[in-house]
Amino acid sequence: MPHADNANGRFPARPVSGRAGASLKHTHLDAILAGRDQVGFFEVHAENYMGAGGPPHAALARVRQDYPVLLHGVCMSIGAPQPLDAAHLARFKTLVERYEPAIVSEHLAWSTHDDIFYNDLLPLPYTDDTLRHVCAHIDQVQAAIGRRLLLENPSTYLAFAASDYDETGFIREIVKRTGCGLLLDINNVFVSATNHGFSALDYLADFPLEHVGEIHLAGHREQSDDEGEPLLIDSHDGPVADAVWKLYDIVVERAGTIPTLVEWDGDIPDWPVLKAEADAAQAVLDRHAAASARDVHHAAAE
Amino acid sequence: MPQPNNPAGAAFAGPFAAPLLDPDRPTPPGVAGPGAKAGDVRYNVYRNNVTVSLIEALADTFPAVRRIVGEAFFRDMARLYVRREPPRSPLLFDYGHGFAAFIDGFDHTRPLPWLGDVARIERAWLDAYHAADRAPLAPEKLAVVPHDALPALRFEPHPAMRIVRSAYPAVTIFAANRASGPVGKILERDGEDALVTRPALEVFVRRLPPGGAAFLTLLCAGKPLGEAAAKASEAEPRFDLGANIAGMMEAGAFADIFVPAA
Repeated sequence: MPHADNANGRFPARPVSGRAGASLKHTHLDAILAGRDQVGFFEVHAENYMGAGGPPHAALARVRQDYPVLLHGVCMSIGAPQPLDAAHLARFKTLVERYEPAIVSEHLAWSTHDDIFYNDLLPLPYTDDTLRHVCAHIDQVQAAIGRRLLLENPSTYLAFAASDYDETGFIREIVKRTGCGLLLDINNVFVSATNHGFSALDYLADFPLEHVGEIHLAGHREQSDDEGEPLLIDSHDGPVADAVWKLYDIVVERAGTIPTLVEWDGDIPDWPVLKAEADAAQAVLDRHAAASARDVHHAAAE
Repeated sequence: MPQPNNPAGAAFAGPFAAPLLDPDRPTPPGVAGPGAKAGDVRYNVYRNNVTVSLIEALADTFPAVRRIVGEAFFRDMARLYVRREPPRSPLLFDYGHGFAAFIDGFDHTRPLPWLGDVARIERAWLDAYHAADRAPLAPEKLAVVPHDALPALRFEPHPAMRIVRSAYPAVTIFAANRASGPVGKILERDGEDALVTRPALEVFVRRLPPGGAAFLTLLCAGKPLGEAAAKASEAEPRFDLGANIAGMMEAGAFADIFVPAA
């Protein structure tokens, strides 16, 4: 569950448990502010708010008055063997303090090598060596921000021959060593399962759902691999696929009404389209919340 | 590629990273699909994500340049730049400070000698957009400075203020290609210096009057008003001090004034 250690008192506390939210896109700002309680929360990419001032901060500060905000880091490069960028970590910490996000998350991936920033979530082999540096980096981030970080499972297109762990085993070990929570991206599970020929259900059965503090849903695209078979691309530029909705239903049934984000980062539609996707996630959460309330009621009546 | 300085022995990153922006390098060793599946197309997804996302970042920063040269040409030019000067920071809104100089040296844009200056204005525009928030200098504060104190007065630049000098009509070309309407024939021939400011949330790009760029640059360098005005009018006989001060105040170019202790 998300920590409640985010209250400096500047923003009203609003729980995100059992709520669905959407990516915050500035093209939607007027439409969002024209209504009330449009979604349960908004999530932002931390790096977009690392400038000194200007319209990005004005917009986020305005949205933050009315909604919980979740802070999602994209460029910390936690999975790289080299040390974290201290300046970047300091900027991240500043955002956590300034906007009091309900949830703070980052990726099991890397994006910087030497001083070159590749602007993509690159994969890493799962070995004892990489486990050590990933855990050290998560420890460092959690110490800097003074709260728990959720780590997101990646979508990947290839695997390393050097890997000794499967992904779920690697992630379980990270949680055990660092005490971090997890952000379960169900679209990533589906994309990786297709790309690597494993069962998404088996992956979810192995995944430590009890540590999941947030779920991501998003759209993907289909291409072909060297053998002409489907290769799914985690593109975040369309509606959530039916198969991903089905997996989502299974996860919520099993793990409870975890706060859920619908991500949409490319080919951004009008606000009502994205809101409808978040509403669909909210409907799944509400259905399971009602069902579990009935179960409790029945149990009490017996 | 062994990395003896890395005690974790996690030497995967260098070999994986090197071909991402270098199409002449092969797929790194040790990566593949499931079973016996090949890794080439799969690795190329990463090459494509990296290259295309960085081209998109430049396209977002330089919309007027993109409109002038066309989408396909822009992407080809940006791809070459991305490979030559990849970002050194994860803050992509800070990327592309070398793009104008790259354009200046790019053979295929030689018929558009002003294009680099348009890129400079666009880069300054985004700098101003993300600059620290600060109230600009209030006219009342300047108005109450005693007349005999004016020559020694110094000006503190507003954090969003940028000056871009051009020997071409770069401001007119920039403005025409940032507007939504069609771009007509541009008749201006004279050089135009740009003053970029963001007094509140909106970025403004103005043409500076003759001598204005030299004058403001001197003030930004901490020169007193008297010296800046004298040097500006020495260099440019048309320099009009009153008009320049009125213009810079209206633009919100400065944040404060002070007289250094003697």
